[in-house]
Amino acid sequence: MTDKKTNTKKSEIKNADVKKADAKAPRTGKLSGEKKRMTALTVVFSIISIVYVFPVLAVLLNSFKVNTFVKTDTFSIPTGEMWAGFSNFINGMDVGNYPFWKSALYSLVITVLSTLLIVICTSMAAWYVARVNSLFCKIVYYLCVFSMVVPFQMVMFTLSKTADQLKLNTPWTIPIVYLGFGAGLAIFMFVGFVKSIPIEIEEAAAIDGCGPVRTYFSVVFPMLRPTMISVGILEIMWIWNDYLLPYLVLDVNEYKTIPIHIQYLKGSYGTVDLGATMAIILMSIIPVIVFYLVCQKYIIKGVAAGAVKG
Amino acid sequence: MADEKLAKENEAIEESDDEFMKKFSDDPENGTAEKEKEHESFPSKLSRLYWGKNRHNPLTKPLRKWVLLFLGPVTAAFIIGFVWPFIQGIYLSMCKFQLIQDAEFVGFKNYISAFNDAGFLRSFWYTALFAIVSLVLINVLAFAVAYVLTLGIKGSNLFRTVFFMPNLIGGIVLGYIWSMIFDGIFSALDMPSIVQNSTWGFWGLIILMCWQQIGYMMIIYVAGLNAIPEDMLEAAKIDGATRWQTLYKVTIPNMMPSITICTFLSLTNGFKLFDQNLALTNGQPILLENGVGIKQTEMLALNIYSTFYGTNTSARGTAQAKAVIFFILVAAIGLAQLAYTRKKEVQQ
Repeated sequence: MTDKKTNTKKSEIKNADVKKADAKAPRTGKLSGEKKRMTALTVVFSIISIVYVFPVLAVLLNSFKVNTFVKTDTFSIPTGEMWAGFSNFINGMDVGNYPFWKSALYSLVITVLSTLLIVICTSMAAWYVARVNSLFCKIVYYLCVFSMVVPFQMVMFTLSKTADQLKLNTPWTIPIVYLGFGAGLAIFMFVGFVKSIPIEIEEAAAIDGCGPVRTYFSVVFPMLRPTMISVGILEIMWIWNDYLLPYLVLDVNEYKTIPIHIQYLKGSYGTVDLGATMAIILMSIIPVIVFYLVCQKYIIKGVAAGAVKG
Repeated sequence: MADEKLAKENEAIEESDDEFMKKFSDDPENGTAEKEKEHESFPSKLSRLYWGKNRHNPLTKPLRKWVLLFLGPVTAAFIIGFVWPFIQGIYLSMCKFQLIQDAEFVGFKNYISAFNDAGFLRSFWYTALFAIVSLVLINVLAFAVAYVLTLGIKGSNLFRTVFFMPNLIGGIVLGYIWSMIFDGIFSALDMPSIVQNSTWGFWGLIILMCWQQIGYMMIIYVAGLNAIPEDMLEAAKIDGATRWQTLYKVTIPNMMPSITICTFLSLTNGFKLFDQNLALTNGQPILLENGVGIKQTEMLALNIYSTFYGTNTSARGTAQAKAVIFFILVAAIGLAQLAYTRKKEVQQ
């Protein structure tokens, strides 16, 4: 409420400023210049925006194009003999000898399970670490912070072997690997947030007879929601697009995710139906864009929060 | 002069305030307990370290019994997913191995052969060049975009949405999209494809990274620009500063925290780049240099990957040594950032 009020006030003030300036404008001619500049910037940015979305538009165009024209007439609009209708989408379903819906499904399963697991487990761990703060907690915390600066290439060989030995190579068990390798950032963000909320609230709950588990789930959990959304968004963006970790850990002949599927097609470049590939790429981008447009507010907030991690 | 005096006085007042608080607060962290800490015996110090500060707290005392539930899953997964592979990785970098079971200790031999690997050295310089060029381009462009968007032009929300969008598309898909576009352009211009021309391989990857990262950095810069106090800008305006003067003397100095974050982010992103490199050129073209085929557009991460999983499986020890070098490099950048931001915080 108060936000709205101040907003309207601000805009009123702005309007008043503009009006005043308008009145002055004929004399100084300054504002009309300013206005012109603003409009020019809007026009320039509109053009840049169109250029910016062009790659995605190109995918859209080419997904309706007959295979042979994708390479020769990449930028023309599919009409006449180039128009392939929806056949690319139908062919795309099993291009590369692996059903696309299966990779999409595995991508979804892995992303959802891993994100849920990471958010729940790391928030619990972070609360414990921040509140108990014993030597063991400190060790865990600093190891997590340390793990954030370690590139994946450092552990990729040994991690994939370990995961193989422990039979973590299916979409239902790979979330454990993600929890292990991705815990750092999540713990770091959660601990930072828990430290900023007053311990008195939890103490009051404890004195009123809440056990630790109940204190966590009915007092702390709701308070952590904003950070959970940020962490969740960051993990979703990472895991959905991740290529190397699932490629090395999963049994790739049996389970493919979308990035693995697309890279596999790229590997057999030239022999593969390009129109169908574009259709697949389009189908894999659309859910991402829809997700982005729906959760834009949270995504931008989450990104800004995650950036501070360093 | 007067300002300095005032500042000094203020400091003095603050200091005395702190002392006052210390004397009269019951908080064990910074009150009388502080003095006790100095005199405490070693075992009790150890136990305090072990139990943490909130030892008798009504909340944390029962909470300790639940350590397995709260900390167990993360610790177990963390050991499987990070600690054990990391330790094993360090050890294996000093071994000759193809599978892990047949590891045979050879000392620093792997590191020597890593530094003698022409492809690795080339990929190092290539990566450094790439990281610096992309750092400059991405940050300058992102700052410019953020600056214009915060001027309050029409449709800035729409522009922000558009600029951030590529960030959500994964590296592999991005690489595929752009290789289609470059193929289209180069075939229309009758030029060799991007996998045959190393100059375009470099700039193509730069264009791709700019397209992906500008939106991300822009978000951070917009947040920073919005945090600059309005009255500061107004004061500059009243004092008669021009637009450029305001930008250089007020806006940019106030933006230093955001600029630091973005600089380091794009630097580490550049160094760690893998997916895009793999999908766009996969290191091609390969040229013969002194009888050795060297991938011209291969970056560090990809070089390590192809050493590990290439046809020559006996080079895995070298690959692991390269990975350790790579880790030290990336960690050094991370630590430099940490030290730099710490220093900044102290100054403020």
